[in-house]
Amino acid sequence: MKGVGTILVVAALLAAVPLFGVSNVTLNFLVTALIIALAGQGWNVLGGYGGQYSFGHAAFFGTGAYVSAILQLRYGVNAWIAFAAGIGAGALAGAIIGGLSFRSGLRGSYFALVTLAFAEVLRILASVTPITGAGVGLLVKLDLRPEAFQFQSRVPFYWIILALVTVSLLIVRAIENSRFGAYLVAVRENEEAAKALGVNVIAVKLGAMVISAAIVAAAGGFYVQYFLFIDAGIAYGPWISIEALLAPIIGGVGTVFGPLLGALVVKVLGEAAKLVTGDAPGLDLMIYGGVLVLVIALAPRGIAGVVADLRARIVRRKPEAKPEQPTAGHHV
Amino acid sequence: MLSPAILFTAVLNGLMTGAIYALVALGLTLIYGVLHIINFAHGALLTVALFAALIAYQTFGIDPYLAAFLLAPLFFGLGYLLQRLVIGPAARGEDRNILLVTLGLAVLIENALLYVFRADTRTINLPYAFEVFEIGPAVVALPRLAALGAVAVTTLILWAIMRYTSTGRAIRAVAKEKLGAQLAGIDVAHIYAVTFGLGTACLAVAACLLLPTYYVNPGAGNAFVLVAFTIVVLGGMGSLVGALLGGLLIGVVESLCGFFLGESLGQIGIFTIFILVLLLRPHGLFGEAT
Amino acid sequence: MSDPVMLRVETISKRFGGLLAVDGASFDAQAGRITALIGPNGAGKTTLFSIISGFQPPTSGRVLFEGENIVGVPPHRLAQRGIARTFQIVQPFAGLTVRENIAVGAHLSQPRRADALAAADEIAARVGLADQLDKPAAGLTVAGRKRLELARALALKPRLLLLDEVLAGLNPSEVRDMVPVIRGLVDQGITVIMIEHIMHAVMNLAQHVLVLSEGRIIAGGTPSEIAGNPHVVEAYLGRGAAQRMLQAGAAYG
Repeated sequence: MKGVGTILVVAALLAAVPLFGVSNVTLNFLVTALIIALAGQGWNVLGGYGGQYSFGHAAFFGTGAYVSAILQLRYGVNAWIAFAAGIGAGALAGAIIGGLSFRSGLRGSYFALVTLAFAEVLRILASVTPITGAGVGLLVKLDLRPEAFQFQSRVPFYWIILALVTVSLLIVRAIENSRFGAYLVAVRENEEAAKALGVNVIAVKLGAMVISAAIVAAAGGFYVQYFLFIDAGIAYGPWISIEALLAPIIGGVGTVFGPLLGALVVKVLGEAAKLVTGDAPGLDLMIYGGVLVLVIALAPRGIAGVVADLRARIVRRKPEAKPEQPTAGHHV
Repeated sequence: MLSPAILFTAVLNGLMTGAIYALVALGLTLIYGVLHIINFAHGALLTVALFAALIAYQTFGIDPYLAAFLLAPLFFGLGYLLQRLVIGPAARGEDRNILLVTLGLAVLIENALLYVFRADTRTINLPYAFEVFEIGPAVVALPRLAALGAVAVTTLILWAIMRYTSTGRAIRAVAKEKLGAQLAGIDVAHIYAVTFGLGTACLAVAACLLLPTYYVNPGAGNAFVLVAFTIVVLGGMGSLVGALLGGLLIGVVESLCGFFLGESLGQIGIFTIFILVLLLRPHGLFGEAT
Repeated sequence: MSDPVMLRVETISKRFGGLLAVDGASFDAQAGRITALIGPNGAGKTTLFSIISGFQPPTSGRVLFEGENIVGVPPHRLAQRGIARTFQIVQPFAGLTVRENIAVGAHLSQPRRADALAAADEIAARVGLADQLDKPAAGLTVAGRKRLELARALALKPRLLLLDEVLAGLNPSEVRDMVPVIRGLVDQGITVIMIEHIMHAVMNLAQHVLVLSEGRIIAGGTPSEIAGNPHVVEAYLGRGAAQRMLQAGAAYG
């Protein structure tokens, strides 16, 4: 299948990074960037391809994280099974929130508002109910065995999150190449026309929401295993909703590699800010907000769009070159 | 058990909180009615206004009620420039872009405030903040009563602007039929910015009225803005009267809920109303169902 | 001479608040024919199309497609059952290429992406868009967009096709190019109902003409019967219209 090769090559190159003896700090940076890449890819399925901009994807990140942590802590479930259950719970949350919103015909700013509200309700609930550890949060017991999804070194964690990201890339590539993907993009571009062409708009949006939520929940579940801690502010806080949408928008919304590219940029910016001024609260998010405004103003199709434009310009300069067909900027 | 006097006090207090909610919602709905966007930066701008009022009092010794006269025009200018120089050009008329730009501004402003002022919660002590009045069986604090009056005056001024000035007429024309207004020679970009300015000026007034009894921290505006979103949706997007009635209604509901259920559950109550209204009546209680 | 009835509209009414947009309209569209729906602006033609294609529910009345009541069936189900429509105000997927636009329709019968794209190429050739396949839909001319509307609808392989002013906004030579394309549809076994203002095209294409005015069907017949009914034509299409129609019919007949 077209594009799969590129994904596998990128994955293989990234997988080789730890073999060059990089420091723990670098590895930690890459792991957190890949968590955001995964969450961003989840957002991208619904927002980038489906055009439904959610401002509350924390709802799924948090659900994945909490369900995984709670199953391990309170019910003694194996961490890997708990992780899978967290993904399932995230998908279910997506089905519920998506079902309610899309059936009511919410779109545009209304959809952004209602997703934001759902995430906030979950955050408040998680900060008061005992099962989520209320205000204190949950600490996953240290158990450094691969069976418990915990490792001595950061390297296995890195490979696991990289594998998850790779799977998400392949899923998105498969969506691009499928009828479902064509319908999803049609819904983004014009719902009325899509209906007239036999597209069940609500079902397509709902499908995208469930896939999107499941991917973001996987990011949440991984987060818990990596940091062994979760609280309401981390799980359902606005930071993850924002980073999940920022990554694809910076990298190129509605493209396969956009979220990965964007996540690396987001994290580099965050780290650079910390280097310059020390770790001051709010600084990274302040920069993210500014970057979001700038990207929309200057490069609404993100890095992928800038690259495509540059390539088109180079092609035009060389009259002998084979003219490349731009496919409307939805592929990288 | 429940004496009518206590209930009366709760309702009266609710009305006075609701008045401020209404003012915040008025700004939001005004912007929505004309630009057809939800301004996600509304809460952050309210926080900025609260800090401005705080600084005016602490550094320059200006009483918050006087500061309102200074900050309202200042924030009108801020809003005007924000729309004219940032949101308008960045969004290029695309709804999805406006959504993201105002979200980006909200994140930027809120965290800039966090960076500069840290997370500390600040309050001011006004000598008259604890003076009380008796209205029938109820006892109410002076600042809350003042707020109710000031909101009424602000609303009247806003109504008069919309009704009797040429700018107001232009705003209504753009809200109703943008293309037609443009053809009639109205500078739509200017009117958009004026509307955004008016909406932001409402926040400056609201902040000055809040400061004597409320606190300031970098997240302070958010508590209000979600309530304001609820009100705007409840009252019907873009409806000024809806925002006023909705604000008062939510104020009373919250006051009674808080009275019966306690604070944090009261907050969930607001969110639940919000989600239910969005799902069931996205055009508001007073709007037309489709 | 009666072909089987493909679509029967039975006393359909549609009320918007105080306005009765469609007022007890009834008609039959016979299989394998082109039926034209004409009438002044605001007569309720597009509303009627919206009701038939499931985009709006009628206030009362029934729509029978091949004998079955389809009122309440959502638009995407109707598309799957063989009813396609175009929009008066064209609704392209602006960010997609012409090929990708048409492929969305083709996916109805082609689950695989490659097959749908190939089908799109073939349909584009039929409507004269073959040389614009890789163009973004946003970059098409008015005539190109109208062709795209038609192509997407055809990609559904419909049995009933509702064309809402596909000729409006085209220049005379573009109209001349489109007329044979539409006539060709019937040869492919597609039943067509078309809303159209360009009278000579209607006279030239339709076997049956219905006149809708103020939400009611006030006349129906062959093009020459309608054109020969000066009372109807004068009253609802304006003074002198009958004369123009006769001339148009003669010129193209």
